[in-house]
Amino acid sequence: MNGPHDMGGMHGMGPIPIEPDEPVFHSEWEAKVFAMSFATFCNFFPVDETRHASERMPPGDYLSSAYYERWLYALELLITEHNLVTPAEIEQRIAELAQGE
Amino acid sequence: MAHTHRPESEIALRVKAIESLLVEKGIVDPTTLDTIIEAYEHQIGPHNGARIVAKAWVDAAYKQRLLADGTSAIAELGLTGFSSEHMVVVENTPQVHNLIVCTLCSCYPWAILGLPPTWYKSFAYRARAVIEPRKVLQEFGLVIPDEVEIRVWDSNADLRYLVLPERPQGTEGLSEAALAGLVTRNAMIGTVKVQPPEQPSTLAA
Repeated sequence: MNGPHDMGGMHGMGPIPIEPDEPVFHSEWEAKVFAMSFATFCNFFPVDETRHASERMPPGDYLSSAYYERWLYALELLITEHNLVTPAEIEQRIAELAQGE
Repeated sequence: MAHTHRPESEIALRVKAIESLLVEKGIVDPTTLDTIIEAYEHQIGPHNGARIVAKAWVDAAYKQRLLADGTSAIAELGLTGFSSEHMVVVENTPQVHNLIVCTLCSCYPWAILGLPPTWYKSFAYRARAVIEPRKVLQEFGLVIPDEVEIRVWDSNADLRYLVLPERPQGTEGLSEAALAGLVTRNAMIGTVKVQPPEQPSTLAA
């Protein structure tokens, strides 16, 4: 698949973003996205499908998103494609949580 | 540092919604999520790789087995784990410097080094490591002389790499455990060299 993820040799990416003493996760949502992906790709779909799912992200989004945003995209795509959760349920829960806050 | 496309608060809310649905439906168990996070934050990390390197430095027969069949030699130490099922170990020498990348995503030997740092996952590293490794290494403060060959290894979904760094001079008297304490994550990816104990160095780097 010839997508934006095939990045070897691409020009114009700038300097390497080296962060000293970097934490494993930068926020709780990153940790949760990782853990939910890990838990589901062990039980509901293989890790290769998760990788492929992130490569199915539209190129413009892929190139402008952070690493765990791409994981979130893959997680959401796979849990909905595998009928574990529907997109409508997700949107409804977001609205409920937003109201509760 | 995340440089997210959408506001982080929006993403956090979305993640919370998905989590609550998955938990409610019994698809994920909240205790399991905590266990996974705890494991990757505190238990699985570069200290595993450092044990492998230190053993190879003090045990010539082990080093030979490690370079011939990394997967089996790592299994001898009980360090085989998720995302590190098939391993190739490449040795740095005065003539050859090895560097590991994953151009397609961020494949990395999780069980041996923990989760990869942001720079390893960055578009800049993925794009540039294979075309201008010397410039990339200079950004890490490592200057490789022109006469030293640089070999860049592009990881993939099934095969992961580990650099066996050169043992620093002046460490002849150190124990295996003390040697392991000198070996940093970046040294096992190939972006720095292992420093002798006189110079500051941390396992976390």
